[in-house]
Amino acid sequence: MTSGLTILAAGPGSTVQDAGRVGYLRYGVTGAGPMDPFAHALANRAVGNPAEAAAIEISLGGIELTVDGGAATVALAGGSFAVSLDGQVLPSAVVAELQPGARLKVRPGAAGAWCYLAVAGGIALPPVLGSVSTHIRTGMGGLGGRALQAGDRLPISSALPAFHEAGAIVTPMLDRPPDRIRVIPGPQDDHFAPDQMEAFLAGPWTVSPRSDRMAYFLGGPTLKHRRGHDITSDGIAMGAIQVPGSGEPIVLMADRQSTGGYPKIATIIGADLGRFAQARPGTSLSFEAVTHADAVAARAQEQAFLGGCIPVEPLVRTHFPPEFLLGLNLVDGVVDARS
Amino acid sequence: MSGTEDNTPDDTVPRFLDAGEAALVVEFGSDVDPGISARVLALDAALSDRAPDGIRELVPTYRSLMIHYDPLRLSRDALAGQVMECLAAPAAKAASPAHWTVPCCYDPPCGEDAKEIASLLGIAADSLVERHAAATYRAYMYGFAPGYTYLGGLPPEIAVPRRPSPRGSHAPGAVLIGGGLCSISTFAMPTGWYVIGRTPERLYAPEREKPFLLEPGDTITFEPVDAAAFEALSRRAASGEVVARGPAR
Repeated sequence: MTSGLTILAAGPGSTVQDAGRVGYLRYGVTGAGPMDPFAHALANRAVGNPAEAAAIEISLGGIELTVDGGAATVALAGGSFAVSLDGQVLPSAVVAELQPGARLKVRPGAAGAWCYLAVAGGIALPPVLGSVSTHIRTGMGGLGGRALQAGDRLPISSALPAFHEAGAIVTPMLDRPPDRIRVIPGPQDDHFAPDQMEAFLAGPWTVSPRSDRMAYFLGGPTLKHRRGHDITSDGIAMGAIQVPGSGEPIVLMADRQSTGGYPKIATIIGADLGRFAQARPGTSLSFEAVTHADAVAARAQEQAFLGGCIPVEPLVRTHFPPEFLLGLNLVDGVVDARS
Repeated sequence: MSGTEDNTPDDTVPRFLDAGEAALVVEFGSDVDPGISARVLALDAALSDRAPDGIRELVPTYRSLMIHYDPLRLSRDALAGQVMECLAAPAAKAASPAHWTVPCCYDPPCGEDAKEIASLLGIAADSLVERHAAATYRAYMYGFAPGYTYLGGLPPEIAVPRRPSPRGSHAPGAVLIGGGLCSISTFAMPTGWYVIGRTPERLYAPEREKPFLLEPGDTITFEPVDAAAFEALSRRAASGEVVARGPAR
């Protein structure tokens, strides 16, 4: 039997997501994919998977799971969730080996709304239109097109041999307070007078509890349109901030429809999509306009980080295998202590 | 950021609008119009043909083409340059739209709202169906849900506005009119439009080699069928068969 992850308990809204469905927006098919693309890619890279591999997106509902059929290496990254393995507390961004029967619990922690669990080798589910990403509204992808629930089993692809150092994923790139979000104005910024653009940037905006994978609703100042709120429908990018007749912005996220008919005042830059997605309901935030070049530079920095070796620091050890001891330069340690 | 200061673009120069750093909107106008749509689809075809490295996907809509791209592989300037070259050589690959004859049952219960529409317009139900089935429609774009198609070409004399408030869920395959347009739905869902009929054809059939029947730019006529024919065609469609008549394969 191939090994697999078995879900022991799951709150609402945890799903399987790869990098999203590409090429079918033109047919009205939602791209889906991770709410926090950076954290999703990071979790995958930390266990040696391609950044696009299928992983579990854990919602604020939390999840509890185990592995069968052999040990599995998993990585968690995203918001600051509370993670424990058989009762032992782990960092929220971590690479860990799961022995068969071990119970991994992931619950909402200090901050953040989404956490990604990647398993070395990846989750093996049949793709729909080229992707295993779950889109619940149309029942597409993932496991039966729905959220995960207790009793579900996700087969692990054994295509990749796994050797991974367990430990904390340590990077300032996961330190992303969602208080100030960078945007590029447009595509319909000309539907708003300059004072309305200023009001939009300054906010402050509060993330509404209505928010979900499709859209985050923002409460704050009421924005006025220059000439009506109806436009002929056009394409919608992830992170597009549309302003309907009510004047309260709606940020369109991973499960957005492919097209829409409200003016979009600005679009969140790729490198801040995850930062924004991690804002829980009630979070207060504002926006900062940046240039296209700034956004590309931020994106390049993220890609360079993900393309390199993901820094993992060992947890406090209770077991010292010979290869671990040989890897340590004990003499230098002594010299350092004297200086 | 707006590419031009002019809000009413002329016929030749489209506007380039950034939708973040990884999507560029090439906008040819602001209305639902066959000429604007033709320019969008010509650019869509030309760019698909060239397939420059770094383009992720193309989304044609009524009046613009959204180009999703990877700005680390294809700079915005290089992309805009590719677009301008495509526009300068429009005959490189003309889109070749197909025509489809799509069966449609207008009888109750398929045409749930036909009576309501007819009374809104002050015409007989027969006359409504006749006019709807006599028109040729153009598939402008998909949106809203997989395979959900927006069609232009609804005769003005049967054009009704959207409902003041949405109605309950309709059946998959519902043929809808509202807001001056016609559409074919693929999933059961509530709508702000009126259900004039229902097609047994499946515009989205994931098990088919080509899951989506229509390409934007294709033309359509509806062929009235009775309830018995609808049932028979539905069974054939459920088994994967294409029951609309299209171009010879």
